[in-house]
Amino acid sequence: MSLTIENLRAGYGRRIVLQDVSIPDIRPGAMVGLIGPNASGKSTLFRTLAGLLRPVSGKVRLGGADLAALPRRERARQVAYMPQAFGCNAVLTVFESVLLALKQNAGWRVREGNLARVSETLAALHLTHLAERGIADLSGGQAQMLAVAQTLVRDPRLVLLDEPTSALDLHHQLSVLSSVRTEMARRGTIVMAALHDLNLAAEFCDRLVLIRDGAILADDRPARVLALPEVGRTYRVTTSLETTRRGSLFVDAVL
Amino acid sequence: MTDIPMTDLRSGYGARARRKTALLALAALALLLSFLVEIGTGPGDYPLRVVGEVLADPMAHGARLKVIVWDYRLPVALTAVIVGALLAVAGAQMQTILNNPLAEPFTLGVSAAASFGASLAIVLGFSVIPAIGGLIVALNAFVFALMTCGIIMLATRLKGVGSETMILFGIAIFFTFSALLSLMQYMASEDQISRIVFWMMGSLGRASWEKIGLGAALLAVALPFGLMRTWPMTALRMGETTAAGMGVDIARLRIEMLVSISLLAATAVAFVGTVGFIGLVGPHIARMLVGEDQRFFLPLSALVGALVLSLTSILSKSITPGVIYPIGIITALIGVPVFVSIILTTRRERLG
Repeated sequence: MSLTIENLRAGYGRRIVLQDVSIPDIRPGAMVGLIGPNASGKSTLFRTLAGLLRPVSGKVRLGGADLAALPRRERARQVAYMPQAFGCNAVLTVFESVLLALKQNAGWRVREGNLARVSETLAALHLTHLAERGIADLSGGQAQMLAVAQTLVRDPRLVLLDEPTSALDLHHQLSVLSSVRTEMARRGTIVMAALHDLNLAAEFCDRLVLIRDGAILADDRPARVLALPEVGRTYRVTTSLETTRRGSLFVDAVL
Repeated sequence: MTDIPMTDLRSGYGARARRKTALLALAALALLLSFLVEIGTGPGDYPLRVVGEVLADPMAHGARLKVIVWDYRLPVALTAVIVGALLAVAGAQMQTILNNPLAEPFTLGVSAAASFGASLAIVLGFSVIPAIGGLIVALNAFVFALMTCGIIMLATRLKGVGSETMILFGIAIFFTFSALLSLMQYMASEDQISRIVFWMMGSLGRASWEKIGLGAALLAVALPFGLMRTWPMTALRMGETTAAGMGVDIARLRIEMLVSISLLAATAVAFVGTVGFIGLVGPHIARMLVGEDQRFFLPLSALVGALVLSLTSILSKSITPGVIYPIGIITALIGVPVFVSIILTTRRERLG
């Protein structure tokens, strides 16, 4: 199921944030990085795709079906959205809170299959050792990995991750993104991730979309997008793209 | 990092779920015991055996004992159980929807509103629904409690009213209705004042079979209604946006729970007057025992709430032989320390 976004326009009340966003033909299993400065419309785009925000106009097609026309339950089955804000004081274990994400669209009773799926998801993200921990006791980074697990466990067709690595240390930034990419590519799930770290975006994404003031400035392979002078201009810095000895891209930025 | 095999995780969860189910059964058993003890307790020291025989055959020991058991003890004991459950379920759902462990009918001013409604009926004979005779006091209390619940839930939609602010909002409501209540007392005759004061103290003495029937029916509808929504309700505890991202229809869930909570709280308060903190203590103990997976949390809250009120009722009869103290006084004395301890622990979490 590929994803196509056509002329999407959305906002809050009279304030239009997304002016005219089109992102054509995202292939199953692709990982798309959404880059752009704060308040450029990344979260608004996610909220619109997740159905939390009704678009003013435009269309989103997932495998031919118009997302806006899908009933709420069906949309929730296909699209999983991990918002930026997290951290809560609920008295639940990590295992329970991942299970509850799964159970939102899988019937009332907990079945053996549900437990297996939660266990697999925790294992895929290397969170097994935290399973019995209370979520109120998690560190910021652990809470963020839990949020990723809650998103993946639902096995949707489209995963929207809003800054999934902002609270993670270097090791976990790499390990979470590589787990997500491997797992989702295997299942043929589309991942869209808003990322602030351009080097991470370059490393893990098949495609980068540069967004500013609710409009798409560039949409291409990472090497092409990051080489554009618009990237630096958008972030109000000067960037140059280099290739490291290992052969990966490196964005050098100065004020 | 220790590597735990996946099958262990699953069986670990299973074992925990079985333990929680066992806790539910244990609470139910404790409630049954407390209920039986309560029927056996009261002025006039009749052996439990005699009470049991009157329960089996009302006229076994004559008309006097029939009246004592069937018209006094049984209604009071059943009312304690039902009202305790109503208050605790209302409290548990309020706390989940408002994201605040201090929310319950009393702390949010619902009881104060009900008291004012009752006093309005007692002093002015004013009724929100005309021509209903003897039920006027309870009905007025019910309508005012219902309105207040509605106002509180709508207020949460206002900008800037966070989960912490809600309790302050409840205090504002409390102050408002206290002032209005004082006004009513100022205007009232001596006889009316004593009726108002008695109403405010909260007592199970107003038990009646009609009220028991109504309360049980409401509980029989509201509890399954809540249980059918346990997954989205638990998700709400992860934060509103996260829950919405999981596919929960937040707006609809709120409306549904607003109706449920309002009916539960208003009914309980209209039946027994001001009985504070049961909606706080029940969920608090349940949360400590089974956590906030609502499949266990909600029924255990109901059971613990019922148990606590039943035990309180026994206590109210046992302190001084021959005297039954108003139950609201005792629940307040038990509830305030719990209230304070919740304030202290939640503050520590936020700071840490």
